[in-house]
Amino acid sequence: MTEGIADPGPASEAEAEEEPTVTLRVWRGDTAGGDLVDYTLPANEGEVVLDVVHRIQATLAPDLACRWNCKAGKCGSCSSEINGKPGLMCMTRVDELPEGPITVAPMRTFPILRDLVTDVSFNYEVAKRVPAFAPAPAGPEGYRMQQVDVERGQEFRKCIECFLCQDVCHVIRDHEDNKEHYAGPRFFIRLAELEMHPLDTNDRRELVRQRMGIGLCNITKCCTEVCPEHIKITDNAIIPLKERVVDSSYDPVAWLGRKILRRHKRSAEEAAAAAPH
Amino acid sequence: MTTFDSPTVTPVTIGGTRGGPDAPTLRQDRWWVQPLVTATILTAFVVYSAWAVFVNKDYYVGAAMHRDLISPFYSPCITASCVPGARGTAVVASWWHITPALIVMGGPLGFRLTCYYYRRAYYRAFWQSPPNCAVADGHGRYTGETRFPLILQNIHRYFFFIGLLFNVILTIDAVMAFRMPGAGGIGFSVGTLVLCVNAVLLWLYSLSCHAARHLCGGGVRKFSAHPLRHRVWKLLSPLNAHHMQFAWASLLFVAFADLYVRLVAGGVITDLKLF
Repeated sequence: MTEGIADPGPASEAEAEEEPTVTLRVWRGDTAGGDLVDYTLPANEGEVVLDVVHRIQATLAPDLACRWNCKAGKCGSCSSEINGKPGLMCMTRVDELPEGPITVAPMRTFPILRDLVTDVSFNYEVAKRVPAFAPAPAGPEGYRMQQVDVERGQEFRKCIECFLCQDVCHVIRDHEDNKEHYAGPRFFIRLAELEMHPLDTNDRRELVRQRMGIGLCNITKCCTEVCPEHIKITDNAIIPLKERVVDSSYDPVAWLGRKILRRHKRSAEEAAAAAPH
Repeated sequence: MTTFDSPTVTPVTIGGTRGGPDAPTLRQDRWWVQPLVTATILTAFVVYSAWAVFVNKDYYVGAAMHRDLISPFYSPCITASCVPGARGTAVVASWWHITPALIVMGGPLGFRLTCYYYRRAYYRAFWQSPPNCAVADGHGRYTGETRFPLILQNIHRYFFFIGLLFNVILTIDAVMAFRMPGAGGIGFSVGTLVLCVNAVLLWLYSLSCHAARHLCGGGVRKFSAHPLRHRVWKLLSPLNAHHMQFAWASLLFVAFADLYVRLVAGGVITDLKLF
């Protein structure tokens, strides 16, 4: 661990001793490796972690790489791991963290670019594999939806794509090989939204089972715990998706019902045909 | 220089070098407390319930004590080995001669084992997959619930229906606990209260089940086309938000109800008649 660089501080030594400070232990490095570096600055009341990172950039380490944008918890850019917990730097108040150095590290699940910036393009690749909204042709009055059906998907549209849920999900965090066949919580809420859409005609259940890896999720709810938008990812998206997959693949009564009523279950290939990729 | 007119396509990296310290976790809080407490309580329940199931005595308080209280672990008592008065109107499994609790425990056990909340609890506490959020998985290889035996978790809805059947039986037990045989008439004792609370908690746990929420209406695409199912879904959804609390409360109380009946039946305590 590299020693920190102290801020010059106020003139008087006595004052300097009394002045509260904040120490950020920031991971600095790139693909060649890195280490935690301590930065100590005077503490300011009401600051969030991102404020301190910006002060480090302005005073002690102008080359510290950090992705940010809105500073209001709405753009999803400043995702990182603060004291080991995935969270938004702009929404984590310093005075709510335990005393002592605050560790700030990049998201563990994604490849590092530099310092706190990771390459989250894995998520964009998965997004291309999600079949788009596929409504039936519009009637003479256009598309009509009841308010109750409109409201159902609103929760999922709060997603700011910070990818903290993807980061904390141990299926890909601890098992890189699963990335090839696992969509992750962020895309499960997208798929759930589409599956619950009253105008959508695609049946993605086999796709969700075979190619999106819903069976890999063991519902440990970490995605729900870290979501800054408080979306009930597990209860309202993943488990409903799992239950839909049970309907289509594991429930013998549902299977018999489909046979008797001659209902077609769309294959993963058919469902995937509507995907951008 | 990259401009909007000449964007540079960034190559997508899947795999690649990860950043951050190479440690199982950077968490500084006591993240191990939650899985430890879960593992301790679940282990204690398993040990107690195994003892209660195999001890095969003191599970029924009958007419001799002017009560009609049966332990939830032994209800319905449907084997030839049941103590007189504890069994229902007909002996179903006359060929069963070991503890009667063993024949009925499969349903509730399966319901809890495949429950979405308990899965979360024991995957974290026992299987360490993961022990807590942002703490490294305890296993090098991971296939989730895609293979046998964990793929069987998908039959949770059938255990839900079995669980409902047990709820009906235990509710009947609670109603029967108002009887004061020998003393005459109807009464209300602490034992009656215990069995009633037990039945209520089991109903709350069952009705807050995720499979129930799906089957009652969550599975439809268009709520507006199924107003009745939507209404039921709206009733169950708030319960579902507290499924974890109901899971713990009902688990602990079912053990307490067994213990209470056992203490009364064994003569250790007297079941106080309230009115």
